Amino acid sequence: MKSGGLWQRLDRFGRNLVPFAITLLLVVLGAVRLPVAGYATVVPLFALCAVFFWAVYRPQLLPAWLVFIIGLVQDALSGTPLGLSAIMLLIVYGMVASQRRFFMNKPFTLIWAGFTLIALIAIVVSWLLASITVAHIIRPGPAMFQLLLTLALYPAITAMLAGAQRLLPQQA
Amino acid sequence: MAGKIQKQGVMAKLATLRGFAQRFAFASLFVLAFVLMMLGKAENMVVERARGAISDLAAPILDAVSRPVATVTDLITQTTEMMNLRDENARLREENTRLRAWHGVATHLAAENEALRNLLNYMPPAKGGFISARIVGDGGGPFVRSALISSGARDGISKGLGVINEDGLVGRVTDVGQRSARLLLLTDFNSRIPVMIESSRDRAILQGNNSSQPQLTLLPANARPKVGERVVTSGHGGLLPAGLPVGIIATARDGQVRVQPFVNWDKLEYVRIVDFGPIPAPEASAADAPVILPLPERPALRRAPVNEDPPDEDEDGVPPAAEAIPPTPLGSGQ
Repeated sequence: MKSGGLWQRLDRFGRNLVPFAITLLLVVLGAVRLPVAGYATVVPLFALCAVFFWAVYRPQLLPAWLVFIIGLVQDALSGTPLGLSAIMLLIVYGMVASQRRFFMNKPFTLIWAGFTLIALIAIVVSWLLASITVAHIIRPGPAMFQLLLTLALYPAITAMLAGAQRLLPQQA
Repeated sequence: MAGKIQKQGVMAKLATLRGFAQRFAFASLFVLAFVLMMLGKAENMVVERARGAISDLAAPILDAVSRPVATVTDLITQTTEMMNLRDENARLREENTRLRAWHGVATHLAAENEALRNLLNYMPPAKGGFISARIVGDGGGPFVRSALISSGARDGISKGLGVINEDGLVGRVTDVGQRSARLLLLTDFNSRIPVMIESSRDRAILQGNNSSQPQLTLLPANARPKVGERVVTSGHGGLLPAGLPVGIIATARDGQVRVQPFVNWDKLEYVRIVDFGPIPAPEASAADAPVILPLPERPALRRAPVNEDPPDEDEDGVPPAAEAIPPTPLGSGQ
């Protein structure tokens, strides 16, 4: 009986780690080198999609400090100033948290539209911060292209994450 | 009854307190991220260590994931190469003829250089070595131009070393972990490389601007850069040896001089880290230790300017071997 309880707890612990683990995996995948011309400059923000998704559907399983850590890992892997992606992802997380009621039980297209707005704000803020750190205005073109790619990939990533969500224990 | 109401009041208070704590934690994380950014800008040691530690953890994973990708790319390249074999063969034969002629010139000039250096008691710069490494990650995004390699401090890489490949200068090493390191490509906003225009010897700084063509700044006021001139490292600052090929001047208008680097960024896979300090003894007996190769005597040979007019010094007795290479006919193919 006792060991069964332990196993159950371990099982739940493992399943609760799923959102964090998947998001981290997406960060690593985003850093993989593809031999496509110009890909590295417009690589889609997979982690941004994932953080948005978990913030809407399972915020308890991805607390803000884990979002912060995911951001730091992304910065370390992509070479951006440490903290830049953390700020970007925390902005997404915070905005969803404050508007969570808006996203509850809404059709997918509406959620996608909300994602568009939030991702736009997050990317513009990180563009501004990156420009400040180099004391130059960085051309916004690549960042906007990156936003478009991320928006286009959002449905596919959501479908994958929704599949993973079924592994998770039902919400309390 | 009264107790129940009191209990509810306490619960509500607790809930607001919890919400407040959560908001405070969120704000603290935000501030912490800002502080990290500032510290990183000031090249703080702790931030650099953290960066190195994270990329150390991720480098083996990235290495493993990027290998199948590289295999598929190689397959595609090989197939296209097979289809172009005949053309490629003809081109190579023609290039071989030209290079053989240049080889003669180079051998001769090297001997002459040696003799003149002996006359002058010239001390040659210390010879260094190469550490070869593979690029495993480069998803830098729109704000940086950098790449991650799967070799680090334990392989003898240290901060500031220059990075080249077979085409020319790639950039510099900026962060070093134990088994991974980050390269700042010369196109990045933060990259400054001391260079000179090869023919005029005008010195300048090559400053990245996140575009594919970095800019030449701090050129002397009387410099007249021309489109097509080669730009090489000047050797100032001591980290890079002089004469590494960097690129050619692409545009020179209104005081804006842009350089097209020789390196093809999309096909960058293997790089060499140029180590000019004392080479560490090969104590690392591990089988996967990187190979340290001696520097070739004349690295810039293969891009020798073909169509350039012979310099004025010819009359002062440059021996016949140099003149035996008529520049234009060889350049035009037949």
